[in-house]
Amino acid sequence: MKRFISFVTKEFHHIFRDKRTLIILFGIPFAQVLLFGFVITNELKNVKIAVWDKSNDEVTKQITDKITSSGFFTLEEIIYKKEDLERVFKAGKIREVIIFEENFAQKLKKEKIANIQLIADASDANSANMIINYTSGIIMNYTSSINREINLPMQIHVNERMLYNEELRDVYMFVPGIMAMILMLVSAMMTSISVAREKETGTMEVILVSPLNPIQILLGKVTPYIVLSFLNAVTIIALGYFVFGMPIMGNLSLLMAETMLFIILALSLGILISTAAPSQQVAMFISMFALMLPTILLSGFIFPIENMPLILQYISALMPPKYFIIILKNIMLKGTGLAYIWKETAILTFMTIVFIALSAKKFKVRL
Amino acid sequence: MSNSIEISSLTKVYDNTKALNDINLHIKKNELFGLIGPDGAGKTTLIRIIATLLLPDSGTITVENLDVVKDYKSLRKIYGYMPGRFSLYQDLTVIENLNFFATVFGTTVDENYDLIKDIYSQIEPFKNRRAGQLSGGMKQKLALSCALIHKPKVLLLDEPTTGVDAVSRKEFWEMLKNLQKNDITIFVSTPYMDEASLCDRIALIQKGKILSVETPENITKQFGKQLLQINSDNKYKVLKDLRNYEFTNSVNSFGQFLHYTDKRSVPEVQSIKNYLNEKGNSNINIKEIMPNIEDCFMDLMIEDKN
Amino acid sequence: MTQEKIITAKNMTKKFGHFVANDNLTFDVYKGEIFGFLGANGAGKTTAIRILCGLSMPSAGEIKVAGFDIYKQNEKIKKNIGYMSQKFSLYEDLTVYENLNFYASIYGMQKNEIKKKADELLEKLEFSYAKNKLIKDIPLGWKQKLAFSTAVFHNPKIVFLDEPTGGVDPVTRRQFWDLIYQTAEEGITVFVTTHYMDEAEYCDRVSIMDEGKIVALDTPLNLIEQYKVQNMDEVFVKIARK
Repeated sequence: MKRFISFVTKEFHHIFRDKRTLIILFGIPFAQVLLFGFVITNELKNVKIAVWDKSNDEVTKQITDKITSSGFFTLEEIIYKKEDLERVFKAGKIREVIIFEENFAQKLKKEKIANIQLIADASDANSANMIINYTSGIIMNYTSSINREINLPMQIHVNERMLYNEELRDVYMFVPGIMAMILMLVSAMMTSISVAREKETGTMEVILVSPLNPIQILLGKVTPYIVLSFLNAVTIIALGYFVFGMPIMGNLSLLMAETMLFIILALSLGILISTAAPSQQVAMFISMFALMLPTILLSGFIFPIENMPLILQYISALMPPKYFIIILKNIMLKGTGLAYIWKETAILTFMTIVFIALSAKKFKVRL
Repeated sequence: MSNSIEISSLTKVYDNTKALNDINLHIKKNELFGLIGPDGAGKTTLIRIIATLLLPDSGTITVENLDVVKDYKSLRKIYGYMPGRFSLYQDLTVIENLNFFATVFGTTVDENYDLIKDIYSQIEPFKNRRAGQLSGGMKQKLALSCALIHKPKVLLLDEPTTGVDAVSRKEFWEMLKNLQKNDITIFVSTPYMDEASLCDRIALIQKGKILSVETPENITKQFGKQLLQINSDNKYKVLKDLRNYEFTNSVNSFGQFLHYTDKRSVPEVQSIKNYLNEKGNSNINIKEIMPNIEDCFMDLMIEDKN
Repeated sequence: MTQEKIITAKNMTKKFGHFVANDNLTFDVYKGEIFGFLGANGAGKTTAIRILCGLSMPSAGEIKVAGFDIYKQNEKIKKNIGYMSQKFSLYEDLTVYENLNFYASIYGMQKNEIKKKADELLEKLEFSYAKNKLIKDIPLGWKQKLAFSTAVFHNPKIVFLDEPTGGVDPVTRRQFWDLIYQTAEEGITVFVTTHYMDEAEYCDRVSIMDEGKIVALDTPLNLIEQYKVQNMDEVFVKIARK
């Protein structure tokens, strides 16, 4: 136990005495979350929209006016048929189409309810969400303004649809994604680099020719990063919650437990990399290309998995962050419990066991 | 006295070349044993195999009756090891390094302070300095202290004096001599031939082969020829002239002198002098001397080639 | 060796904060001389060499290298010197010839000239057969000889050698010194640091540094006489332990 504590103390010394490590550990997560957060929640301006007005009456004109005069939207095209709908979205300029149902004003008067459908191009999920939210907001304003003048409240029912990416319904997509990415970066890259550094400076040689066994060495290496990664995860969640209003609907302890599972997975992956990497540079390279890029590109963090070619979908199934992101979204946004994410949890657990077993097997007790 | 390290017919192959070729060595308990040879001779490979860091391709090594392949775990408890490069944590302070290695070996600095006292006391004034900021000589003392902190039975030192200035080197060897009083077998490698005379016994190694294993005195006694020391006003000219002399067997620079051996069984000093005078050299002094380790090493190198 | 001065240093001083790495060094080095530059680790040798090579500016002092002022004619100095350290070797993944060609072209040598001179050099070293071998495939001793030959390939006025023979076997070490002698005979000044004290005796003159100062500067023989000892090793120990 004393050996273990001494080893961990030493690791903490390494971490806190190296500015670069500190920046990667604490600076980058902070910067990433804030950066992504602000880039994504940027104000909307001059979003090009199209209107398909099947009714073409006074009310629909008024609503259209309200929307276009808000400053957020410019009316680019008026369309008349279903084929046009597909065409404008394919062309890519138009981000939203507003469809008024037939006899809109009449229905509103007689039945007190009329329908508007909003269709947004959700290949950029976050802005699509914002566009829809803004439009519905304007329509809602309009409804309340006309309701003030009459006794019986009228309802305009807004029907939203995301095109291309119907699953993505949250602006908060990026927090789980960033969390997966940063935990991967900190845990896997930093541990692999720190083991590789000992190989490079020759201290590993001395450690090997000592009574420390591989498990002690690896546990000693990993423990500080468990602590630091966990701190990181908490920071990210707190930033998401307090700065960007990201909700946490589900159980916080479950969230933390799942996070811990992912951290351990990433650390075992880092150790596995370090068994293969002779130098810090190689460790860095492997972590970058084998972990970071797939995390960003294939985990569904930025590009929706459903839209990928089949082969990439299969590859993405091998990416641990994919499951972690699903778990996070479920707990944070939907508030679901373990019952709904046991499958993903099981997959992550299994992967962790495989990585640990592989590292233990590959760790050389000699040079 | 029994043997501490037994190496028999050890061979190690890298990429089809024999890094170590049929090595046989028997190192006694409590001996200060020197492995002497240039870079690339196989010194590091041999030490790493003894240190259980590499596996031999054939042959066996036992250390304190433990096999380096099978019993590596037990051996790692009794070894003190200093690799060729400075291998301490540069970002830890002197005392942090020492404490770390003490706990790794399940001991404390206080417990074995006696053993390292002489060495450590020289760097103790800097104990809160980061190891990376120490001078070469001090780093080496710290590394040695760390390797000794658990009172090892066998101390393996791979080129501890490389790149260290002549004075620090001398101090280091004095420390090793002192350590012998503590029942430690010391196996040390070095490329500096002049350090050989400080060892109890030495092995000369070149291209993976042991050329000779002896006490330093015996190695120089085995030098088969009369060795002449020559100096003059222009050493470099004499060197060039002697290279063209018909009776020259070998001629090498040694500091301000030349060391010369003759093809004849008994060299004729006067005829050599005459030859050099004819060539226009002046102030020629020739006298017979005892060979040193470097003479022997070069002689054995050439012999080995033929 | 002539009386023509190739390096003159007057009161050369270099400070890092409060630490004085070079303290008022005054010395001359003559053309064609083999000048040994000795001292314990941390005595200030590396700092001095860096200044003389134009890699670092002194805090004070008047220094001329190859006739050029160290402050104003830095670039000209670099053209007229060669440098080789124990660490600096050649590019491992280039061939012998490619290395020579690369370094020579840095110094602005013409293609034909390089080719002719490289062939001559390899012939002289009896190393022509290895012209197209990768550096990583040739033995250490050869690497060092080649690194030296590369450093003097562009005919510099001075060549600085920083521990050029570390770890080399005694035979190769002497072959290396043969090269140094030949170079000096051609009129190139050799400025060399070493930890081998017998090598110090190969130099025409040696200076010994201690704590930033030059504490001895003379021919090896004079120093041995002055300190009433047998060899340079003992001189060095006497000075450093004082």
